Amino acid sequence: MATAEDRVKADIEREDALQGIGCSRKRKEDPRFVQGKGTYVDDVKLPGTLYADLVRSPFAHARIKGINKEKALALPGVHAVLTAEDLKPLNLHWMPTLAGDVQAVLADEKVHMQYQEVAVVIADDRYIAADAVDLVEVEYEALPVLVDPHKALDPDAPILREDAEDKDNVGQGPRKHPNHIFNWQVGDAEATERAFDEAEVTVKQEMYYPRVHPSPLETCGCVASFDKVNGKLDVYITSQAPHVVRTVVSMLSGVPESKVRIVSPDIGGGFGNKVGIYPGYVTAIVASIVIGRPVKWIEDRMEHLSTTAWARDYWMTGELAADKDGRIKGLKVDVLADHGAFNSHAQPTKWPAGFLSICTGSYDIPVAHVNVDGVYTNKSPGGVAYRCSFRVTEAVYVIERMMDVLAQKLGIDKAEIRRRNFVKPEQFPYETCLGWELDSGDYHTALDKVLAAVDYEGLRKEQAEKRAKGELMGIGLVTFTEVVGAGPSKNCDILGVGMFDSAEIRVHPTGSAIARMGTITQGQGHQTTYAQIIASELGIPSEEIQIEEGDTDTAPYGLGTYGSRSTPVGGAATAVAARKIRDKARKIAAHLMEVSEDDVEWDIDRFKVKGVPGQEKTMKEVAWAAYNNVPEGMEMGLEAVDYYDPPNFTYPFGTYLCVVDIDKYTGVVDIRRFYALDDCGTRINPMIIEGQVHGGLNEGFAVAMGQEMPYDEEGNLLGNTFMDYFIPTFVETPHWETDYTVTPSPHHPLGAKGVAESPHVGSIPCFTAAIVDALAHLDVTHVDMPHNAYRVWQTLHELGADKRD
Amino acid sequence: MAKQHISFSLNGEQIDALVEPRELLVHTLRETLNLTGTHIGCETSHCGVCTVDLNGVSVKSCTVLAMQAHEGEVTTVEGLANGELHAVQQAFIEEHGLQCGFCTPGMLMRAQRLLQENPDPSEEEIRWGMAGNLCRCTGYQNIIKAVQSAAKKLQQEA
Ligand code: FES
Ligand code: FES
Repeated sequence: MATAEDRVKADIEREDALQGIGCSRKRKEDPRFVQGKGTYVDDVKLPGTLYADLVRSPFAHARIKGINKEKALALPGVHAVLTAEDLKPLNLHWMPTLAGDVQAVLADEKVHMQYQEVAVVIADDRYIAADAVDLVEVEYEALPVLVDPHKALDPDAPILREDAEDKDNVGQGPRKHPNHIFNWQVGDAEATERAFDEAEVTVKQEMYYPRVHPSPLETCGCVASFDKVNGKLDVYITSQAPHVVRTVVSMLSGVPESKVRIVSPDIGGGFGNKVGIYPGYVTAIVASIVIGRPVKWIEDRMEHLSTTAWARDYWMTGELAADKDGRIKGLKVDVLADHGAFNSHAQPTKWPAGFLSICTGSYDIPVAHVNVDGVYTNKSPGGVAYRCSFRVTEAVYVIERMMDVLAQKLGIDKAEIRRRNFVKPEQFPYETCLGWELDSGDYHTALDKVLAAVDYEGLRKEQAEKRAKGELMGIGLVTFTEVVGAGPSKNCDILGVGMFDSAEIRVHPTGSAIARMGTITQGQGHQTTYAQIIASELGIPSEEIQIEEGDTDTAPYGLGTYGSRSTPVGGAATAVAARKIRDKARKIAAHLMEVSEDDVEWDIDRFKVKGVPGQEKTMKEVAWAAYNNVPEGMEMGLEAVDYYDPPNFTYPFGTYLCVVDIDKYTGVVDIRRFYALDDCGTRINPMIIEGQVHGGLNEGFAVAMGQEMPYDEEGNLLGNTFMDYFIPTFVETPHWETDYTVTPSPHHPLGAKGVAESPHVGSIPCFTAAIVDALAHLDVTHVDMPHNAYRVWQTLHELGADKRD
Repeated sequence: MAKQHISFSLNGEQIDALVEPRELLVHTLRETLNLTGTHIGCETSHCGVCTVDLNGVSVKSCTVLAMQAHEGEVTTVEGLANGELHAVQQAFIEEHGLQCGFCTPGMLMRAQRLLQENPDPSEEEIRWGMAGNLCRCTGYQNIIKAVQSAAKKLQQEA
């Protein structure tokens, strides 16, 4: 007879065989990628494809006096050259942005930024198209350029958007100047003022969060194919949100949504850059409709960096009021946001500055006020999130920087000041003064674990010794809380569509399953992890579960993948849909075993009759019965759909610590150690989580240490190639140490919170904090990014710290 | 200018192709020969997603003219597996050395060449030896692990 121990062992084996939640299962996607068999947009080949290439403006602000297409049209192999004049009759020369503004598809009489799309050339191949672009002659009359957002609202500032000059609202509330886009305020201004008036200490710090670009290795592109006979439009596109694209394309083109099929095939990274709809896509679609042949448009790297969605560009001022012990009494954040030539940022409709109001962070702050003004400049339009949920990166940056500024002012240790202000475990769910309900957290444990792991005391001692010797060593510490999983439809929508997400699961008669989701992977490994969720919920081995996403003809409608929303929203939908199936399966199992449903219990991969060993039906047996022997009155089949509207966001958190040594003569920063502890609630695939954390840290490192998109006075973008724009290589990238705690989300069906953006959001202020900490004894409270050697050296030089004695 | 006739060995097979003199090797591979495993990320020699072997060295095929491959030997990611997966392919899967997969073919082509140049590289040597290949997703750490583990496996086999 089997002993109890044997039975436990058998249960564990049965569970392990499923490769469900918690298993570091190898990725399902990988075999095709390592053999060069992925299908990215540029790999899509349709017979008779033509190629689109764009004529772009060399000027940042100019009037178009004339366009001469003749020479281009005369080139053999050129099929068409289209300008705004050609799109006007179709009313497609402008398009709506996700933010309620409009953006020119092709420049309509004026250009508002360098590299703006002016005309599109359609030709037999990409070489001919490129030749023809050179042959299109455009005459410009240069206009005064507005580059500095601080001057945008001056009475004598050049007016950029003449098309919107008379509008008192460009989609996000009243505005006060033709270059003004919106003003957004949250919190109690008066009470906050009072807190500051009464405070024992106040601190204030200005900081600039530079304009940066996500720059995935695959640029943006599409293949549009309009079938004139059937009136059907297929578009293969690099999109993180194919269903939203379908809705927009249908609205723009007039093709019924049922005849538009959007396919996001394999995507070579997105990081927020592939959420929006770009003029290149629209011109390819229009050209295909007009010419009746497939049209491919793939941008090059320079076009990608110059015109597609970037992030940040926030001029922020943070202020804290506190008592002498460092307990915070109030917070103020004031922002000037440079949105470029068109307001094409991608935030949920009611959030013109995204989730910036999460800026109270991990701290119990009684009162706060946030004020944001958005303005137009002659720069590329944006901004989106770069591996972050809607400005949460900026929010975490400002509060974490301010915590350090306050600590330095009061002479309190930077870990200690955080500990004093943390929301305590027993306070959850915790309502912040700016209206967020933090679902769960245990900040003290995370902090203590990291401090112990790195020997914080020892590091501080070492730092003191080094300072005595004139050497520069810095310890950066960040204890962030962020918000992901957008979002409850009561306060989040995109173009009026609620930000739910969806899953549809079908269990086949022989017990394998296929599932389709409204999200779309760009490297996150959805084909692997969604299957693990279903495996645990339904007792079907992961290997027998097929996951499909990205084809709007087959997948249920969803809002897509960005802002770490796949696990919190799509993952929840998957779990709920699976549970609907399990509920039905339970009824079938009871029917098969001729017992009441109440007597049946679920056990890993089967239903058992309580207290009757051996009386059981596996999910496989139930699946078969679902197609031939169901209880009377029940419909056949075993499938379910769920559109999951989350009751709340999720709030992952973490503690990061970075140790740097700075060479005071050269400004070279050596990142000696980076320790990242993340708490993303329930962990579905630890291997994938760790990979996501590595990647996010590396992108954070890129932003903090080198990325920026500077413009000169004429509005020329300096740094739009990989020569100038910093992408860390193997050589600069530090070694990452990762760790975790698990504090499940109470409202998510699996307790999972989402993780991919946390390491980006959390690491950036940590790098800055380390640099500043190295200079704190020289009374430095803040240094702006990027911390490349030249800029760090400049700071050292100004301080006189680079003097040789 | 008129198209030119070239012939070269591609993944062990003799190939004839008609190319424009200005045509880049990566375009010939992807467009004419339908091998889309080799990707394009920058066309300026910075990202390495177009890396292939040409005559026994790693080259960035976005910066090589197709005509330069004439009478040469080219290997792409499609030619890496030989019945079963190459050790670097297997190691990238085992060590989670890829996410979106866009950089992966170039990474693999560089990694297998590096391991022929230096069968037992240190972490430092891997970092420098692969510095011409960018990845936006992985933070490189697991790629290094994968290259190390492939090195071990290849040495055991040798
Ligand atoms: S495409 Fe060849 S190096 Fe980037
Ligand atoms: S795996 Fe995406 S760029 Fe390397």
